[in-house]
Amino acid sequence: MSAAPKIPERAAIRTSRWALWLPLALFAGFIVLVLIGLLRPASHDVASQFVGKPLPEFSLRAAADNRPGLARANMIGGKPRLLNVFASWCAPCAAEAPQLAQLAAAGVEIDGVAIRDHKPELAAFLARYGNPYTRIGADDVSAVQMAIGSSGAPETFIIDAQGVIRYQHIGEIRTEHVPMLLARLQEAGK
Amino acid sequence: MQDCGSGQVIAEFGLAALWLAAALAVLQLIAGGVALSRRGDALGAVVRPVAIVQGVLALAAFAALVAVFISTDLSVKLVAANSHSAKPLLYKIAGAWGNHEGSMLLWVTIMGLAGGFVAAVERRLPERTMMATLAGQAFVSIGFYVFLLFASNPFTRLAEPAAEGQGLNPLLQDPGLAFHPPTLYVGYVGLSIAFSFAIGALITREVSPAFARAMRPWVLGAWIFLTLGITAGSYWAYYELGWGGWWFWDPVENASLMPWLAATALLHSCGVLAARNALRAWTLMLGVVAFSMSMIGTFLVRSGILTSVHAFAVDPRRGTFILVLLAIYIGGALMLFALRAGSISEGERFAVTSRESGLVFNNVMLSGTLGIVLIGTLYPLLAEAMGMKVSVGPPYFNPFTALFVVPMLLVLMVGPLLRWRLDNFGRVRSGLIIPALILVLSIGIAIVMAPGKMLSIIGLALAPALAFASLLPLRGRRLSRVKLPLWGMVLAHFGVAVSLFGMACDSAFTVEKLVAVRPGEAVRVGPWQVTMKSITPIAGPNWTALEGDLQASYNGTAPSLLRPQSRSFWTPPQQTNESALLTRWNGQLYTVLGDEAADGRWQLRLWWKPFVTMIWLGGVLIALGGLLAMLGHVASDVRRVIARSKIAFRRERQGR
Repeated sequence: MSAAPKIPERAAIRTSRWALWLPLALFAGFIVLVLIGLLRPASHDVASQFVGKPLPEFSLRAAADNRPGLARANMIGGKPRLLNVFASWCAPCAAEAPQLAQLAAAGVEIDGVAIRDHKPELAAFLARYGNPYTRIGADDVSAVQMAIGSSGAPETFIIDAQGVIRYQHIGEIRTEHVPMLLARLQEAGK
Repeated sequence: MQDCGSGQVIAEFGLAALWLAAALAVLQLIAGGVALSRRGDALGAVVRPVAIVQGVLALAAFAALVAVFISTDLSVKLVAANSHSAKPLLYKIAGAWGNHEGSMLLWVTIMGLAGGFVAAVERRLPERTMMATLAGQAFVSIGFYVFLLFASNPFTRLAEPAAEGQGLNPLLQDPGLAFHPPTLYVGYVGLSIAFSFAIGALITREVSPAFARAMRPWVLGAWIFLTLGITAGSYWAYYELGWGGWWFWDPVENASLMPWLAATALLHSCGVLAARNALRAWTLMLGVVAFSMSMIGTFLVRSGILTSVHAFAVDPRRGTFILVLLAIYIGGALMLFALRAGSISEGERFAVTSRESGLVFNNVMLSGTLGIVLIGTLYPLLAEAMGMKVSVGPPYFNPFTALFVVPMLLVLMVGPLLRWRLDNFGRVRSGLIIPALILVLSIGIAIVMAPGKMLSIIGLALAPALAFASLLPLRGRRLSRVKLPLWGMVLAHFGVAVSLFGMACDSAFTVEKLVAVRPGEAVRVGPWQVTMKSITPIAGPNWTALEGDLQASYNGTAPSLLRPQSRSFWTPPQQTNESALLTRWNGQLYTVLGDEAADGRWQLRLWWKPFVTMIWLGGVLIALGGLLAMLGHVASDVRRVIARSKIAFRRERQGR
């Protein structure tokens, strides 16, 4: 040991009272921040770049035996309709089936794009959860999906009579979304 | 229930075990709380057994979940949504925790087992502190049990069994990843022990070197698993994602890094508390923060609040539920800290030039790094609250973390050489001449070899000097007499240098080539000559793939074969690129097969990454150092306990 074991006063760490509350205050800030992020439903509605754009040119072969395939030409004229991006392997797609059936029953024409699907699985899916679709196109490489700015399944687009995308709904359609979609379809028809 | 076969009872058994475990956690909390009062001693006797049985029941519930996944019981919703009968057995088992509900069950299982383990073996602390600790552990567990049972029940049954399962994310079908989450979870949840210890000490106001010695092995244990988990996760992302990067600063990675930073700070401050009875309140604070970071990280990942691209990936109810739990536990613990820490004295003092000061500096810098990572991770959320959409990436994280890490590493060369309490810098100066020379020399070399890359130069310069300096604490000692914890420290610090060297080399010297080649064509990348021989289709259990046969020769030596694949899974349908790696002592050749171009050529991505493997080798060394330190501490504690009981036994025999 060396000679003078005297320790300078200032080296000791002093914590003031308010500093003890600082972590709690910071944490409260974190909670507030996260609450804002969590409870703002609007933040998940990614404003689609494709709303207001016309549908791109495409033509898909039939994905199911009892429904014709889908091309851009099929979606022009008449009333506004829904374009539903789905797949038999997608769980939320099964969850939205009753809502699609409800929309179909309300007289809405629904065209489907099946993403990377196989015929037997798709047939089983439609047999199990119902088939609200007028036409179903098979999009084996997600080409149409990409071209209309959809990055997942399910997604549902409102297409007006001129073939212009009017609305993009991301995620499954829940019961509370049905009136909203009907209202938007009506608006697209004006 | 007409066809309730023997197999399907397992799910119900698991659910029952889960409920019982939750009930026992409530009992553990009440009994532990009552035992703290003066008249409650009688109830105290049940706390330890209850904690053990609670852990065993949670384990039984988890085993039941694994069992329903192995038998692909499609009447269980979770199995139907995440498994498939055609999946290999390993991934059926891994599927049990490769999803939200299963991973939360794994969380409470580890938490229950850790609590039970502490209850069974920890006898060093005053019984009052132990009661408060176990009550605290139960209190935290209860929240997660409630969350599991009411908001994410893994055993939910379908009214009608599904026809077939929907499969596991193909990216997760990889042997490395099958065991990566459990490793990380042991680390995350192991920190709950430190959290409960801190709560216990705050309640009873008993903070002492003995407390730190009792807490240290638990912190070290959790920290070892975290280190290994992060290292393994980084290597998985490196070879499985096919981007050639090893760290992406993505929220999921940050969620694992933040508890690690806090735990690293904690185990160093624990050392100060154990040896010198200083930094008392600060150590408790870190004990609370480390596990809080685990919970916050898990929340950020599980709620999908940061990574959400799709509304359906986010379940706001679940997110809100976990957030409430966080508010109760972290908020409560920080409140307790604010109320109590003022009455816990700071402890012993020390001089500026002392081992303690070095460790305080280490703690401040680690906390600073933690703050940088936390702010960067939350920034997108903050920006969104103000109406902007931003993403924060390496241009922010790399320089700002370096701002804290570089000074820390410089001090790391000196700190371990200093004596406790008061030292004289002149005493250690002579030992530092060589590291200083190495530092200056390697700065020169690095500037020449990697001109203009600031961070790489710093890393390349620091690593060799740090590697040498990390061995200095062994100087002048007889190696056969050096205690295990010192070996552990030296090894871990050396590992930091090794890892840093790998990172710096990777960012300074990596050569990348993106080419389109016909079979038979050759490409040069760094010292390698890579020839594409052929493309052949092959099939696996639940995928088909195109496989490229590549011949790679290093500076004209005999060629080796690499087989990168482009795989297509069909349940669920997804494309993955299986990279193929060739490892030499001085680096790795990394190859990825891309798509076919129109004219019969194939896209090929090639990297030559000198010394990249050092990154993970360093990680393993760090963990190994932790293991040595833990073994050393546990062994000396056991020796102390045995000595004490021998003395007690002799006294008894002598009738004293």
